[in-house]
Amino acid sequence: MQETPRIRMLLGLADDALIHGHRLSEWTGHAPTLEEELALANIALDLIGQARALYQATGLPEDDLAYLRDPHQFRNVLIAELPNGDFAFTIARLLLVATAADLAWRDAATSDDSDLPAIAAMARNEIAYHIRHAADWLIRLGDGTEESHRRSQNALDALWPYTGELTVGIDRSAWLGAIEAVLERATLTHPADGWMQGGGRDGRHTEHLGHLLAEMQILPRSHPGATW
Amino acid sequence: MNVVARARAAAAAVEDPEIPVLTVEDLGILRDVALRDGVVEIVVAPTFLGCPATRTIADDIRAAVVAAGVRECRVRTTLSPPWTPDSITPEGRRKLLEYGIAPPSPGTPACPQCGSRNTETVSPFGSTLCKSLHRCLSCREPFDAFKCAGR
Repeated sequence: MQETPRIRMLLGLADDALIHGHRLSEWTGHAPTLEEELALANIALDLIGQARALYQATGLPEDDLAYLRDPHQFRNVLIAELPNGDFAFTIARLLLVATAADLAWRDAATSDDSDLPAIAAMARNEIAYHIRHAADWLIRLGDGTEESHRRSQNALDALWPYTGELTVGIDRSAWLGAIEAVLERATLTHPADGWMQGGGRDGRHTEHLGHLLAEMQILPRSHPGATW
Repeated sequence: MNVVARARAAAAAVEDPEIPVLTVEDLGILRDVALRDGVVEIVVAPTFLGCPATRTIADDIRAAVVAAGVRECRVRTTLSPPWTPDSITPEGRRKLLEYGIAPPSPGTPACPQCGSRNTETVSPFGSTLCKSLHRCLSCREPFDAFKCAGR
């Protein structure tokens, strides 16, 4: 596969959405309430839809991109592939990632690319719902019981070293401002920026991506060309 | 009727699989029907990028157009300009309301049963990507609203 700068850029956005969407889909059947089950599944579906539109924009076969690449060929940020952890971790990650994605889409909406502005216009409408949902929950959890506060704070502390890579290419201070506004209402804090994990955009991933892909890709890899 | 008009009439009448009271025309997703290189091309704009009905709608349109006597057709999806809730026709809004789904509106949706504005959101995510879940505080009926994304 020839990775032009445009394809690489599209794959970064698309892989973030696909891998995070797959992670969220793992909550199906396990969410704390029926409404939350629907919410997480809806968000997952939105993200997978965004990934599909972006894969199609590369002009390469979308199924091959999703199902036939190995971990080192995926361009997603590491934060997207981390296991779901508890509900607080899932919600905190959703807020951090969706807020960054919104800023990336905002830039994409005004780019002169042939496909991106149209995809971005739709994706931003969808992501507005994701951000609101994650923010509502994080405020409720952070400003909730001692237990929910502790879990939310632990999640933020664990996720923070993965946010450096997340904001490369967007305005980190705008991102931070949006996150801090929510954290203040949630009575939560974030650690100071220190050493940051990275490498996802270059295909250097955590051990978790291989396991995720094994599950996601097993059917088309075991039965190449199968249809139903 | 010429072939394009016949294809258009057949395509326009196809029902949305998730909200079957609406046709693709009511929903405002039928963008264009035209003859291109000797083939009838039907252009459809999805409501949401991840809408799982998009594929079914394309299949249904193809089947309906062929059943109307058009030998060859293809369905193309376009994202530009993006579909918005404003694309739903007045007829579509009327049908939604009659069916018990509040049509897209900025702010709190009115209850489709009793018309009260005194409603609350149960969840911004409903049974499909395009709907949110609400409850009327006047008549106590739960109801779906068509999402009003971006506003």
